Amino acid sequence: MPDLTPAIPEIFLLTMACVVLVVDLFLRQEQRHLTFWLTQLTLAGLFLLTWNGMQAGTVTTFGGSFIRDPLSDLLKLFTYVVTAGVLLYSRDYLRDRKLYKGEYPVLVLFSLLGMMVMISAGSFLTLYMGLELLSLSLYALVAFNRDSSEASEAAIKYFVLGALASGMLLYGMSILYGLTGTLDLAAVQERLAAASDGARVPILFGMVFVIVGLAFKLGAVPFHMWMPDVYQGAPTSVTAFLGTAPKLAGFAILLRLLVDGMGGHQADWGQILMLLAVLSLAIGNIVAIAQSNIKRMLAYSTISHVGFIVLGVMIGNSDGYSAALFYTIIYALMSLGAFGVILVLSQKGFEAENLADFKGLNESHAWIAFLMLVLMASMIGIPGTAGFIAKFWVLQALVESGHVYLAVYAVLMSVIGAFYYLRVIKLMYVDKWERDRIPLPASDPGNVALSINSLGMIWLGLFPGVLMAACLAIFAA
Amino acid sequence: MIPLTHFLVLGAILFSISVAGIFLNRKNIIVLLMCIELMLLAVNTNFIAFSHYLGDISGQVFVFFILTVAAAEAAIGLAILVVVFRNRRTINVQDLDEMKG
Repeated sequence: MPDLTPAIPEIFLLTMACVVLVVDLFLRQEQRHLTFWLTQLTLAGLFLLTWNGMQAGTVTTFGGSFIRDPLSDLLKLFTYVVTAGVLLYSRDYLRDRKLYKGEYPVLVLFSLLGMMVMISAGSFLTLYMGLELLSLSLYALVAFNRDSSEASEAAIKYFVLGALASGMLLYGMSILYGLTGTLDLAAVQERLAAASDGARVPILFGMVFVIVGLAFKLGAVPFHMWMPDVYQGAPTSVTAFLGTAPKLAGFAILLRLLVDGMGGHQADWGQILMLLAVLSLAIGNIVAIAQSNIKRMLAYSTISHVGFIVLGVMIGNSDGYSAALFYTIIYALMSLGAFGVILVLSQKGFEAENLADFKGLNESHAWIAFLMLVLMASMIGIPGTAGFIAKFWVLQALVESGHVYLAVYAVLMSVIGAFYYLRVIKLMYVDKWERDRIPLPASDPGNVALSINSLGMIWLGLFPGVLMAACLAIFAA
Repeated sequence: MIPLTHFLVLGAILFSISVAGIFLNRKNIIVLLMCIELMLLAVNTNFIAFSHYLGDISGQVFVFFILTVAAAEAAIGLAILVVVFRNRRTINVQDLDEMKG
């Protein structure tokens, strides 16, 4: 009997997801909010369980395929927070579109379970199972609005390219398995380090496939083609989910596979990651300028942020990993807020998804315009916001490891990127209101959470110490 | 006895056919789903060949998991395909161009 204590949050979540699924069957439509609150309760319970189970050091169970360490604890805690935020923001949006159904929270919970398994993966097998549980739930969520032609197109594109990515990842894993004879990541690391020089080419062969699969899932250029279409086509509540929490899990598997599994070959995968980062920063920031749909713009913005995260990992030392971890967490919170603003502004029969919809927002919704201002400033990386600290740390790690040119390049690209964030601010504050005013959104828990979310970016920008120390401590050992 | 390389070459050929199929196919989404299945089977061939020649059972266990996930994946893929067809009355890959930019 394996030790189940490290996996208690996962077991709790699996049980609760099934409970929510069954309870929902017995509810009438006007009682549907019970399903949503039960889901929030589950997330609160998960937070407590993970928080109480936190301890220094690494615990493995199930024969090494499940790892509970400080990295997994931190990422899981933020995954719960982000998921809870998405569910809060999306309630009114779903209700207005007749999508307020029990399947939504259940699918979100199952994809959360997939992410947790990914974050804690200690072998190829658990990593693959977690990834597929996440992806399959997300495919269904993207197609959640069955009558929308755009959503179904986005879903089929996401499905085909996601399955292709899984196939690539699996092919790479099969090569690495053949070279090492084990699925356990720690053992893979040992045996790859002991491999002879003649094995270098096959190792590279497997590694390239693994990295291509990971790049697809993270959305790094040149494997980003699915992101703009999926972000635009999916219902905004789903975009908010698939643009935030899965990136935390994606970062975790990037570290698990490359650092824990192939740490001895950092010189090789560092080069590939550098190429991905350079391309992502360029394409993400430049193509975003041409967008008129804000969801599509945020997709390209995500690509550029992924570029920064990959840069941090590419450095290959503990400072770089800590900076990338910090960036990933801040990115997830920032884009959660940005999608939250879109969700709050969207009304019955009206999607606030075009940039033109933000014209003169300051006149009608001054507070929401201010929150969006803070979020955009944070995405640019203006000092005083969390985005600045995140960018600064990655750049500092780059300079200290001798990659001065890359740091200069990243700053240049960020300056280009500042243009399209500033354009949103200009639309809100300078331009005049043209259309009929959209009614003021009713105040609900979503709006309070949105205020906390946005103002939290300033708070984290002024007092980043606790989170930075937590990120540093994880990789210090 | 068939050497390991033969199995690996077979796996590589199947994998290449499936990737080429995904990128070259412009006609039908169902062909895309078939290519995805073929890709997973190519990986399975690899895993089983390695598992046999290394004398390690875990590769074969992995194959069972991949087969199960492939079944679930095919179910979801076909479900999405039905949704697409209901909304558009076509499953032509070239017609999936509503979103651009």
